[in-house]
Amino acid sequence: MRELTYLEAVREAMSQEMRQNEDVFILGEDIGVYGGAFGVTRGMIEEFGPERIRNTPISEAAISGTAVGAALTGMRPILELQFSDFITIAMDNMVNQAAKIRYMYGGKGKVPMVLRTPAGSGTGAAAQHSQSLEAWMAHVPGLKVVQPSTAYDAKGLLKAAIDDDNPVIFYEHKLCYKTKSDVPEEQYSIPLGKADVKRAGTDVTIVATAIMVHKSLEAAAELEKEGIQVEVIDPRTLVPLDTETIIQSVKKTSRLIVVHEAVKRGGFGGEIASTIAESEAFDYLDAPIKRLGGKAVPIPYNPELEKAAIPTVSDIVAAVKETLNRQ
Amino acid sequence: MAQLVNLPPRVQETDLKGLLKQMWLIRYFEEKVDEFFAKGMIHGTTHLAVGQEASAVGSIAVLEGRDKITSTHRGHGHCIAKGAEVNKMMAELFGRTTGYCKGKGGSMHIADVEQGNLGANGIVGGGFSIATGAALTSKMRNEGYVVLCFFGDGASNEGSFHEAVNLASIWKLPVVFICENNQYGMSGPVKEMMNVEDIAQRAEAYGIPGKVVDGNDVFNVMNGVGEAVERARNGEGPSIVEAKTYRWKGHSKSDAKKYRTREEEQEWRAKDPIVRLRDVLVQEGLLTEEEADSIKAEAKKEIEESVEFAKDSPMPTLDDLMEDIYA
Ligand SMILES: Cc1ncc(C[n+]2csc(CCOP(=O)(O)OP(=O)(O)O)c2C)c(N)n1
Repeated sequence: MRELTYLEAVREAMSQEMRQNEDVFILGEDIGVYGGAFGVTRGMIEEFGPERIRNTPISEAAISGTAVGAALTGMRPILELQFSDFITIAMDNMVNQAAKIRYMYGGKGKVPMVLRTPAGSGTGAAAQHSQSLEAWMAHVPGLKVVQPSTAYDAKGLLKAAIDDDNPVIFYEHKLCYKTKSDVPEEQYSIPLGKADVKRAGTDVTIVATAIMVHKSLEAAAELEKEGIQVEVIDPRTLVPLDTETIIQSVKKTSRLIVVHEAVKRGGFGGEIASTIAESEAFDYLDAPIKRLGGKAVPIPYNPELEKAAIPTVSDIVAAVKETLNRQ
Repeated sequence: MAQLVNLPPRVQETDLKGLLKQMWLIRYFEEKVDEFFAKGMIHGTTHLAVGQEASAVGSIAVLEGRDKITSTHRGHGHCIAKGAEVNKMMAELFGRTTGYCKGKGGSMHIADVEQGNLGANGIVGGGFSIATGAALTSKMRNEGYVVLCFFGDGASNEGSFHEAVNLASIWKLPVVFICENNQYGMSGPVKEMMNVEDIAQRAEAYGIPGKVVDGNDVFNVMNGVGEAVERARNGEGPSIVEAKTYRWKGHSKSDAKKYRTREEEQEWRAKDPIVRLRDVLVQEGLLTEEEADSIKAEAKKEIEESVEFAKDSPMPTLDDLMEDIYA
């Protein structure tokens, strides 16, 4: 099989969908000849033309609302938002319109749109371009929330998101863009709501999202040298959430650590922790559940401070040892 | 030179050599930053305003010290023109504690609230309402200051532009919206992103004056903005001034500039606002060639020194990470 970067996998998923379905189109700022802020749509305007790779003015409120309207009337728009931070400007359309329309209309109409957007820190873009706000979106009934960590997952999940008849927020972590994995050439779909066990283990379960999946796998590899077997689960979608896979894993390992980059306070980790606390897996726990998340601070510019604001591999290693009561 | 005949008082009273110096400071600052970026010595991202020096310097030249500005992601020039110390600016870009934001803000967030620089902004359109609010303070407390709100052509397509300008106009607030129309958003040419020729035309929709000036001619900018500032100071409300100019460099570091031609770039380079001011001053006998050269050399030296200052400044420590989140 060939390897693709995460970025190429996202592009391939969109291209394949667009070749197959005339209703799929992309709109967003600088997605044409510029190829998008991160180069995801590079080359697509040559193949699909400016009607379907639709460069927009800098108008997040208008373009998100336009996507809602187009979706409600039969198209399947993919909206590229340059940085996930700007979802604040698209918020009304996502939260009050896209998420609610079908329900409010008594099940009439549907809003099949995908809002793709790069999230996360690590690029020095500082506080207004580095946030992880996925918990906001996961809070809102009517939206689905996807967070792929690998190229393989990105391609399959994006197909599922485009095929889905609901508004889907598709978070792409900026530091994942260059990571590679084997990606089949043919189209395939990874169902939303299906977690992936990225590494099997018996001693402790780590549930991690986006770039934290990679950090957790690194930590697991380090801990293995000391004979500690970590199971790393990537939920891949926060909404719907595959609680079953997490519960089964915790029943097996009896220990749970949740790791995400987003600020810990009010973060999605709390949701996973309480899901376990409310489930039958609670009785299996041999240690308190641990949450690792970003510090409650806007992401700073200075590179050392930027790194310190979110969980590191050694934080994860330390948390595992603490949970196992080992030094 | 016809330009200097019948100069309005505001230009005659201005320290023109000082303006030339500021423009050189901006140019050298930007070129240094460009160089360090290429060498990987500066983290994150930065947006340079080489070629746009006259709009920043000319606009701020007509302000009084107590007046305030809001700036954009392309804000180094505004910052310098408002009297910022280049040492502290360079230190900020190096992420040092001596920087304007203690190394936490970086290029896109430089502010000096006490001196009336209410901040650069990583959010396109983020400054419109902040400027309006600052002008509201001025009016409510009868403080008599005026606020200059810098924005780009692209930013005028954000909803926040329309909402803020409308509000400022119904409340007759002392704010001047100054558009630096450098012909492009990231890659979107003005003519494809709006259906009017001039952004200043939009003023009509809000019942306020709109005026176009030659953004590469510092005197023309001073006159246009000067009139608008007077109006604002006299309680007659806001205006929009549009300065037509050009950014010589790409949008930010990774811009292949595929959306424009070399010929177009050359055309604008020939209209270098700094050379233009210098030539006028020399021809009018207000400056000798030697003086002009020494102003340039001084500016260059100050920027070199700012680099030394930045390099010698301390990095923040991890203890600094959680400071300044709340007042
Ligand atoms: C709300 C928001 N949308 C998009 C961006 C990404 N972005 C940064 S600068 C820019 C172009 C801005 O163009 P313009 O207002 O004309 O200013 P210029 O860069 O030309 O100075 C874009 C799209 C952003 N920072 N904020």
